[in-house]
Amino acid sequence: MADEIKIGAYICQGCGIGDRVDTAQMAQVAQRDAKASIAREHEFLCNAEGVKMIQDDIDNEGVNRVAIVACSRRAKTEAFNFQNVAITRGNIREGVIWVRPDTDEARETTQDMADDYTRMAVAECKYIGVPDNSEEAQYNRTIMVVGGGISGMTAATEAAKAGYPVHLIEKTGALGGAAAKSWKRIPQKSPYRDLEDTGVAELISEIEASDKITVHLNSTLTKTSGAPGRFSADITTESGSTTTENFGAIIQASGYSEYDANQLPELGYGKSPNVVTQAELDAMALEANGGPIKTKDGKDINSVAFVQCAGQRSEKEGHLSYCSGHCCMSSVKQAMYFKDQNPAVDTNVIYTDLRMPGAGGEDFYRGGQEKGVTFTKGSVSEVVTSGSELEVKFKDLILNEDTSEKVDLVVLATGQVANSGLNIDEVGQDEPGEWQSNPESILNLSYRQGKDMPQLTKGFNDSHFICFPYETRRTGIYACGPVRRPMDMQQAIEDAAGATMKAIQAVENAGKGRAAHPRAGDLSYPIFRREGCTQCKRCTVECPFGAIDEDEQRFPQFNEARCRRCGTCMGACPVRVISFENYSVDSVGQQLKIVDIPDEFEEKPRILALACENDAYPALDMAAMNKVEYSAFVRIIPIRCLGSTNLIWITDALNSGYDGVVLMGCQKGENYQCHFVRGSEIAHVRMSKVDDTLQSLSLEPERVSVHEVAITDIERAPQIINEMAETIENIGMSPFKF
Amino acid sequence: MSNLNQAMVEKYRNSFLQEVQANVEEGDWVKMCMQCGVCAGSCPMGPYWEHPPQEIFMMIRAGKREEVLSSDSMWMCTSCYNCIARCPRGLPITHIMHGLAHYADRLGLAPKEQPTRKFANKFWDNLTKKGRVNELKLGLALYFMNGFFEGIKVALANQKLGLNMLKAKRMSIAEMFGGHGVKDSNGLHAILKKAREIELAKADEFKG
Repeated sequence: MADEIKIGAYICQGCGIGDRVDTAQMAQVAQRDAKASIAREHEFLCNAEGVKMIQDDIDNEGVNRVAIVACSRRAKTEAFNFQNVAITRGNIREGVIWVRPDTDEARETTQDMADDYTRMAVAECKYIGVPDNSEEAQYNRTIMVVGGGISGMTAATEAAKAGYPVHLIEKTGALGGAAAKSWKRIPQKSPYRDLEDTGVAELISEIEASDKITVHLNSTLTKTSGAPGRFSADITTESGSTTTENFGAIIQASGYSEYDANQLPELGYGKSPNVVTQAELDAMALEANGGPIKTKDGKDINSVAFVQCAGQRSEKEGHLSYCSGHCCMSSVKQAMYFKDQNPAVDTNVIYTDLRMPGAGGEDFYRGGQEKGVTFTKGSVSEVVTSGSELEVKFKDLILNEDTSEKVDLVVLATGQVANSGLNIDEVGQDEPGEWQSNPESILNLSYRQGKDMPQLTKGFNDSHFICFPYETRRTGIYACGPVRRPMDMQQAIEDAAGATMKAIQAVENAGKGRAAHPRAGDLSYPIFRREGCTQCKRCTVECPFGAIDEDEQRFPQFNEARCRRCGTCMGACPVRVISFENYSVDSVGQQLKIVDIPDEFEEKPRILALACENDAYPALDMAAMNKVEYSAFVRIIPIRCLGSTNLIWITDALNSGYDGVVLMGCQKGENYQCHFVRGSEIAHVRMSKVDDTLQSLSLEPERVSVHEVAITDIERAPQIINEMAETIENIGMSPFKF
Repeated sequence: MSNLNQAMVEKYRNSFLQEVQANVEEGDWVKMCMQCGVCAGSCPMGPYWEHPPQEIFMMIRAGKREEVLSSDSMWMCTSCYNCIARCPRGLPITHIMHGLAHYADRLGLAPKEQPTRKFANKFWDNLTKKGRVNELKLGLALYFMNGFFEGIKVALANQKLGLNMLKAKRMSIAEMFGGHGVKDSNGLHAILKKAREIELAKADEFKG
């Protein structure tokens, strides 16, 4: 940080700002109220001349804080990219002139808005700096891949091809995983008609030939600690010998286990050896090695029924509620095992909804039909095993009748269960200093929040299937393959490539001390004033990414490279000892305090809006682009995540005379859209306690409202602000105007 | 049970689908149906069918031989080709319906009093005799399709139309006696015989 703060405020007159507001007055406000050393106006700040004006001040006048009062912080970031100075933005274009009518009556309140945003930009400037390099940053190019199945092997070869050394950890004595136990795979190439070899052998020989890949067979992880760029892992073999290796990033490809078919006695499993699961049939096919597949007692098979959704897509207790995504295709594949060998074998797939995903899915379905595989839309109620043949009882859903079919073999399409280790929400956690490895854990992380990765849903390790694939809630550790979501080999291969790219990104970012997704490139990290800490552990518990551990004295340990810079810890801290160089309790708090609060009789209320920079703030910007008007009494401050909202901001705002506070975060809950996964949810919980604060100030509870806003809520976000303005009109002004 | 029907039952035992694939025109397509129901939704005669096409395909797969072949559903097809135009799988549904109807008729399983079937047979017999449709004979045959008195009634009702057609030379009484035909009707019969032989040979050759 520079020794002396020298702020330059630069006010743009372009894009119609100069026509609508008095920029000279804003310059005066910047200097007089907010104490900027220099305040300059320019008719076109983002052109070469305007930018040069600012750069000249930085070079010649010693300006080290730049407040650009022009357009939204989301616009013109490339033009206003000055090195080694802290930059803040006052949003006059999207925040003021585009959301206010150009009328004589509105002129005064519009000017008030512009003046306030100028003050706020300068005030924020005073309290932020340029982040130093994190001293913890380390560069380690080695990537650890956990799991030697098709996903893990693909990840290893992809990383090696990109030039990154890999250690591949496999629990069993051989590479290949579930794929190696299959006879053929679903075709991956046009015309998607004929089955292909699994490709396992080629992958294994590629791994053996690579000088960048070290394979650890019969090995598990007994301890994984550290952070991106400096992970350390204890790799223990079955015999008990342990080696410790260091890694930059980790890919978890621990795959799946087949659902336990013993829970399906109604479908005859366990009662007859001729009722098998898909995996068991693949083992039989592997044994037959291209010849006719025989029953376990060596008899010919002339008819096979494939029962889809066996124990899955069902709300019954003990069943899987989800679709495993690959089983329909796998059943067609296995029906082809029979048809390719002998077209006279009857193969019937009994399904309720046939799902053939992927580019080739539909063609593969046709391929099956062309080969004579029949498909019956029906739901199977029972498999009768008492006779010499098996009788599959089902309701034909097209002909709407109960019927049955006699077959020699029944194949159950049971689903995939993720090998995600421990469910850290249910397993008790070790206290600091008492950490012990758990054989059921996959990663055995020494993290305070638990030994494995948090599960998104149904036991799968992910953070968001759609928005942030591969991203888990542990920075630098990426999940791929069926441990992330149910999938087939083709998808697992693509997944592995994606997770590898993420891991490489993490390695490179960690080496430079930069944040990973979603604040990619951010150089700030949490700074913590140890002497003020009361060891309440809220930051450790609330961090959505488990970045914070505790040291032996039970002080938080931030593990900078694990941090995603959401600021949830900062919002959680009751004594406000956590901050970032470019974002702190003060950098927001001082903005809201410098806003000019007119006295009660002026009839100009003030509303504070804290808007998440990922969704709500862009929504408001877009509303402005569409010229959606909203109240002139609002002052909006973008924040990194609603989770970073510290209650002191609310208290300060109400104490300094704001009439209402609106908080806008992302959707929370099961279908969350929060970029930091839990930030919005945590903020909602925190704000549910704000009533106490309001009561102690004898204020109405309606003065604070918390909302979930999506980036598409272009009409709704302004409406929320207007509703608060209406509420204030109804309940009256705050009595705290001094 | 006709002899042919008996033979077919013996031959295909449980697999009606294979029987259809072998013996019905375009029957090989039946297995490609994916049960989306677009054909059923597109059919202008939809509400009058007992079983819409996709259901017939499902019944074939389920081995409901009697029900399918004695059904009058496929006889309801008016050949509007809506289903063919719309089928996402490209099944020639109209042709399959005609194929099924034809096969059911050959086996003697088609419903006896189905008017479309009656007309189709009369038309075919009329046409194949001389290679040209004898409209006078075909018209009269249709008049008397439902009995003698019914025929007289219909004929009297159309008396005026008939006279006008005679006047305008659109119809000739002479057609009653022999009537016109192709030059070589023996050749035509030979062609039809050969075509039938090829059809049956194909069915014999068919393997699953």
